[in-house]
Amino acid sequence: MIPLSRGPVPATADAVVIGGGINGLAVAYELAGRGLKNIVVLESRYIGSGSTGRCGGGIRAQWTTKENIRLAQESVAMYENMSAELGYQVFFRQGGYLMITENEKDLPALRDAVALQNSCGVPTEFLPPSDCRKIVPDLDVSRLVGATFCPKDGTAYPFAVVWGYARACHRRGVRIFIRTTVKEMLAQDGRMRGVVTDRGVIHAPVVVNSAGPWARHLAAQVGVSLPNRQERHEIMVSESLKPFLDPMVISITNGIYFSQSLRGEIVGGIGDPHEPHWTDPAEFDTRSQLVFAVRFARALTALYPRAAQVRMMRQWAGMYDVTPDHRPILGGVPGLEGYHHICGFSGHGFMLGPVTGRRMAEHILTGRPDEIITSLSLDRFERGDLQADAFVVG
Amino acid sequence: MFLCCCEDVTLREWRQAYGEGFSEMESLKRYTGLGTGFCQGKRCLSEAAAELAALRGAEPATIRLTTIRPPAEPLTFAELAALDLDAPGAVPRADGRAALPAPTAPEEES
Ligand SMILES: Cc1cc2nc3c(=O)[nH]c(=O)nc-3n(C[C@H](O)[C@H](O)[C@H](O)COP(=O)(O)OP(=O)(O)OC[C@H]3O[C@@H](n4cnc5c(N)ncnc54)[C@H](O)[C@@H]3O)c2cc1C
Repeated sequence: MIPLSRGPVPATADAVVIGGGINGLAVAYELAGRGLKNIVVLESRYIGSGSTGRCGGGIRAQWTTKENIRLAQESVAMYENMSAELGYQVFFRQGGYLMITENEKDLPALRDAVALQNSCGVPTEFLPPSDCRKIVPDLDVSRLVGATFCPKDGTAYPFAVVWGYARACHRRGVRIFIRTTVKEMLAQDGRMRGVVTDRGVIHAPVVVNSAGPWARHLAAQVGVSLPNRQERHEIMVSESLKPFLDPMVISITNGIYFSQSLRGEIVGGIGDPHEPHWTDPAEFDTRSQLVFAVRFARALTALYPRAAQVRMMRQWAGMYDVTPDHRPILGGVPGLEGYHHICGFSGHGFMLGPVTGRRMAEHILTGRPDEIITSLSLDRFERGDLQADAFVVG
Repeated sequence: MFLCCCEDVTLREWRQAYGEGFSEMESLKRYTGLGTGFCQGKRCLSEAAAELAALRGAEPATIRLTTIRPPAEPLTFAELAALDLDAPGAVPRADGRAALPAPTAPEEES
């Protein structure tokens, strides 16, 4: 892991990556792996302190847009190999994802999603409610009308993933500075010049904005206007239990999701349509609310009555960086050479991070267009090329 | 010697984690599990922070503690599900629904 460093930051770098979450660390790791030297990662707090360390660790290829399916599918393949690749145990476990619904009118969309996923090679199947109990024996299926299940989906421990990337970055010569904040991005004559930090200026021709929920605010400093908005999402963990739950269970009806970690805890959350959203980081409020714990407990015990006597240990909250179509924003912007962003992941940046890092590194170093990056670039909002993904849950 | 009795974290493991580069309370907590058991850190956090101060050669007061998370005591999902959010003491939010009576985390989280 990355200790506190006391010295100043270097005066120059070949690339500066802003943010020590999964996206910043993955892109730095991939850039270094392709031979770029002198890469600096800046993290204002500690590794994983942003959305990544708050997240549920879920990884699934069950989506309803091709870009999300393909990215997630490639990411699942990367997660399968990640512990070996990084030389670090990331606790990836493929127990599948069971996506359930209580609503008849979702069924055609569920079947369409299965067909689209199958056409991309994702082995999802449609299940009648009774079959859900083969996967989660004590699930109360009385209100369910159907489900989809993909056995290759799974979970990983988010902190282990970022620690693994950080250590592997370090081995590749990337310098990571924690407790170091970018105050200002520097651009001049249509190109990036570097960043001003609270520990000195770094001149660099390439700057990657992977600051998660803070990315919009930073981008605005160099005239890049992102349509992202930020919302609080809450999550909790129970006491540890013996292994009893293989998959992540997720309801597209009320937005509850829960899985069991390798430590035995139930980890879960539930979306709340009444939450406010913000665009100014000064307003971000990640305090916990009792209303979340109560809503989650009601939804969990309704679906899984045996959880009633299990104790909740802790709840916390983090930010989603949400785009109008719930898909990430990747690439650069015309007229600002050296600037790149990897943001807007809504509720699924942990699962996509490894592959967006890989594709973005390739794109940054070769300049070659990447089909998926192009379709997820910022100008899609001007082109009006919006395809919202219907499986946004939580 | 045990620093965290709920999760069985020894002083030696705490020091070892520091030696591996986990240099602050939030990361040390996630790496070792210290403070994540039944007492939620009530018994161990101050001692662990003092030990971290010693490792850093710093004053204990300079060590930033981890953010304290609700609930103060573990509660069952049945107990939580039965709570009445409209009861006296639960503060209504702008949208008319109930919220936590008082903030539970410091203004700015570390
Ligand atoms: C409750 C919750 C549950 C979730 N569950 C899942 C899930 O199951 N699966 C999934 O795939 N995704 C999930 N997500 C979403 C996921 O967490 C995010 O999409 C993902 O972690 C984004 O990673 P990132 O690296 O882009 O951003 P972050 O992890 O937020 O990293 C950005 C970093 O930049 C740093 N930073 C910000 N500003 C500056 C600055 N000026 N200078 C230096 N550093 C700066 C921040 O401190 C932060 O550490 C969840 C999110 C939440 C909140």
